[in-house]
Amino acid sequence: MSAMDPNNTHSEHEVQILHSAHDHSHGHDHAHDHDEEHEHHDTFITKYIFTQDHKMIAKQFLLTAVLMGVIAMLMSVVFRLQLAWPGKSFPILEPILGKWAPGGVLDPNFYLALVTIHGTIMVFFVLTGGLSGTFSNLLIPLQIGARDMASGFLNMLSFWFFAASSIVMLFSVTIESGPASGGWTIYPPLSALEQAMPGSGLGMTLWLVSMSLFIVSSLLGSLNYIVTIINLRTKGMSMTRLPLTIWAFLVTAMLGVLSFPVLFAAVLLLIFDRSFGTSFYLSDIYIGGQALEHNGGSPILYEHLFWFLGHPEVYIVLLPALGITSEVIATNARKPIFGYRAMIASILGIAFLSFIVWGHHMFITGMNPFLGSVFVFTTLLIAIPSAVKAFNYITTLWKGNLQFTPAMLFAIGLVSFFITGGVTGLILGDSALDINLHDTYFVVAHFHLVMGSAAIFGMFAGVYHWFPKMFGRLMNKKLGFAHFWLTFAGAYGVFFPMHFLGLAGVPRRYYTFTEFPIFNDLVDINVLITWFAIISAVSQIIFLFNFFFSIFKGQRSSQNPWKSNTLEWTTPVEHIHGNWPGEIPEVHRWAYDYSKPDREEDFVSQITPLTEKEIAEGAH
Amino acid sequence: MSIAALSAELRNNRKDDVITDAENRSQGNMWVIFMIAFFAFCVWQLYAYGDKILPEAASAHGPAIDNLFYTTLALITVVFILTHIVLVYQTYKHAGKNGKRATYFAHSNKLELIWTVIPAVVLTGLIAYGLTVWNDVIYPGDKQASVIELYSKQFDWTARYAGKDNTLGRSDFRTIGEGNDLGLIEDSKSDDDVIVKGEFHLVKGEPVQFKFRSRDVIHSAFMPHFRAQMNCVPGMETMFEFTPTITTKEMREKLNNPKFNYVLMCNKICGASHFNMQMDIIVESKEEHNKWIAEQKTWAQTKAAATQTASINEQPNTTATSDK
Repeated sequence: MSAMDPNNTHSEHEVQILHSAHDHSHGHDHAHDHDEEHEHHDTFITKYIFTQDHKMIAKQFLLTAVLMGVIAMLMSVVFRLQLAWPGKSFPILEPILGKWAPGGVLDPNFYLALVTIHGTIMVFFVLTGGLSGTFSNLLIPLQIGARDMASGFLNMLSFWFFAASSIVMLFSVTIESGPASGGWTIYPPLSALEQAMPGSGLGMTLWLVSMSLFIVSSLLGSLNYIVTIINLRTKGMSMTRLPLTIWAFLVTAMLGVLSFPVLFAAVLLLIFDRSFGTSFYLSDIYIGGQALEHNGGSPILYEHLFWFLGHPEVYIVLLPALGITSEVIATNARKPIFGYRAMIASILGIAFLSFIVWGHHMFITGMNPFLGSVFVFTTLLIAIPSAVKAFNYITTLWKGNLQFTPAMLFAIGLVSFFITGGVTGLILGDSALDINLHDTYFVVAHFHLVMGSAAIFGMFAGVYHWFPKMFGRLMNKKLGFAHFWLTFAGAYGVFFPMHFLGLAGVPRRYYTFTEFPIFNDLVDINVLITWFAIISAVSQIIFLFNFFFSIFKGQRSSQNPWKSNTLEWTTPVEHIHGNWPGEIPEVHRWAYDYSKPDREEDFVSQITPLTEKEIAEGAH
Repeated sequence: MSIAALSAELRNNRKDDVITDAENRSQGNMWVIFMIAFFAFCVWQLYAYGDKILPEAASAHGPAIDNLFYTTLALITVVFILTHIVLVYQTYKHAGKNGKRATYFAHSNKLELIWTVIPAVVLTGLIAYGLTVWNDVIYPGDKQASVIELYSKQFDWTARYAGKDNTLGRSDFRTIGEGNDLGLIEDSKSDDDVIVKGEFHLVKGEPVQFKFRSRDVIHSAFMPHFRAQMNCVPGMETMFEFTPTITTKEMREKLNNPKFNYVLMCNKICGASHFNMQMDIIVESKEEHNKWIAEQKTWAQTKAAATQTASINEQPNTTATSDK
């Protein structure tokens, strides 16, 4: 192909943009012709470490997220041990945690630290950085038909800011006074005052530094995703031909760009309050035997700022998982996704509403009750687009020819979690009911199902489905089945019983419930939950083994193992810079022509031109 | 044809990288087995713990909240069960088979309209119902409520009754110190205030307006039996009003548990001992309450006693000073 090919002006435009993005690193247009890939002289460092190739960056994000996920999961097992058997000595803990588990019994401060860091890592590092970072990077160029991200350099920076923030977060766990322990929402004044708890000292400073780096990473990534999707689509790839994955990534990136700066503002003001004597969030405080100088601020301000990010964040976590699910379910049901336009509309509807519901986290903070009423209204409205999505998934399965690949199992599992966890949102979003359930285990159950489990299942679905695209090999399907069913049962076993705890009034973030006789009848639920947590954790070993083993020894993949329509499967199995050896293919149809009548195959790649009959029928 | 293309085609024909019919069948069946097991698990949980959730509401507004809850719960349980049955039926019925062809069914305006409009209508009802209850709870009737302050700090609670004038004396956190835990300032309105720790008493059938303050970090006053909760935020005063309807004695009889106590707990993470920041609540008759409150010291009495003790304590000090 020639970049100057007058018949392909669209591609030419892309190539030029890419060219400039890669100039300093490659100095030539690697899209230039078929053989040129062999002329690359990547060193180990430019290929694996400071790489600007979106496919490698995706793998970097994924591996980092897997590492972070394993750490956060192990943390949850440790605090689950304490919750099931409070005060019992687990001798294995002392050599690992040292002074935080004297005699093998978890220290109350460190219990809070584990809860906090578990939440932070899972929400931000696994389900935001890991999920979007992996799949937006991998799939955006491949599915829209671009040779790479708009800016490979910013993309590289995005990963390295992410890596730096991960390192700072993990380092904070090891320091003398312990990591941040005020809950992942780090409400001041608890998080602002070192006197309030040991974790609010250096640990909190490191948390804030880490999150600032994370926000930079997120913004660099998101801007790149948006620009790439808007500008670098191949010829014929109109917005209404985009796979739903791309729609989800686009809207997710927009949410991130609009909401993360607000978190940055919140974090910055907190840094000021902590270190420079300002009083944005602090007023009328007497602690550690003295009245503080800080005056005139309000912790409620922090809560508003935090949740202005915090609620869109839920959808930043969830939407990519839903996008992946759309793609995986359609492919493996061998059917078009049902209601493609309604799916796009519901993504947009959810995204819009997600910005005007943050107050439902604050019904009982002392916020004006009338304001609470408004947030009830907007919050419950989110159920409408969510319901549309759930029904559309189920209808996509109807009369399908379902191929239960591990990815498909996880995608259907996501639909189940999305429903089970979603419906309880109708309870928590109702301010009158929130009075009694706020900050109880009911909330823990709700969000772990609807955003925790659902999103992580979306991520697993994505890993199994696009593993061949990432590593050229397949993951073992039998191990995939075992991993799915054990994790599915484990997750429900952990989170479903928590509803009962919450309804009985059991608060979250309690080190133990033994101080309250009214909970005596319920504590055996905690033993059950912990056993399920252990099962879930152990079954991740199956995944880890399958993942790493398959990278090196998995069965080699064919070019299009799932017989999928989307563009990424038209690229060669072996990764090359620029993705397609020749011209970028032109797109002629939407991504969901599965089992189209009059066709021999049950899939029609997006690059297959429309037949005259199809055009006559109004296909586009 | 190039070698690469040939080998790609060979690999495309390999069968072992796709899911076999037998696997599709067994996975389809697994969904059914799993869902039956999951439903059984839910039913067992309900059977084992159903009577322990939502302990009987002991406040006037409590039953309204519980009704709203059970209405919503019924609704979402139906949705949960139906959608899962349909979901699992699909996975069972349409498990993949070689040579079978899926139905090309891309959209249906009618269906989509149905499942947009129905949730919208149901939610409108739910929102209206929910907001009605919310308004009733948050803006209670005009009946004069007696005022009690709940003061939180790491890691305990203090209750202050407003006394005969039903007005709390003013406070300032800068005056907190020995003998003045709440930072009360010179104010005649505080003279009749009564400060208690460990437990506080409420009168059955009389509305009480709680005013919440915090000394250090955010706490949350959670009284689950009364369906009451409000955050205690440093720098501002928050409020919650309710009317207790069942005395502690009555509740003990109902539960057949002579040790039962209503409890106030902290429900906003506040530090290492967050899990044990509590205060007992005793609900009793007007007579019992009058008797109990008469036994407590008013702030004026406490101050007077403190001054007396201080003057006694000062004497040896004076001697010591004169010795020098």
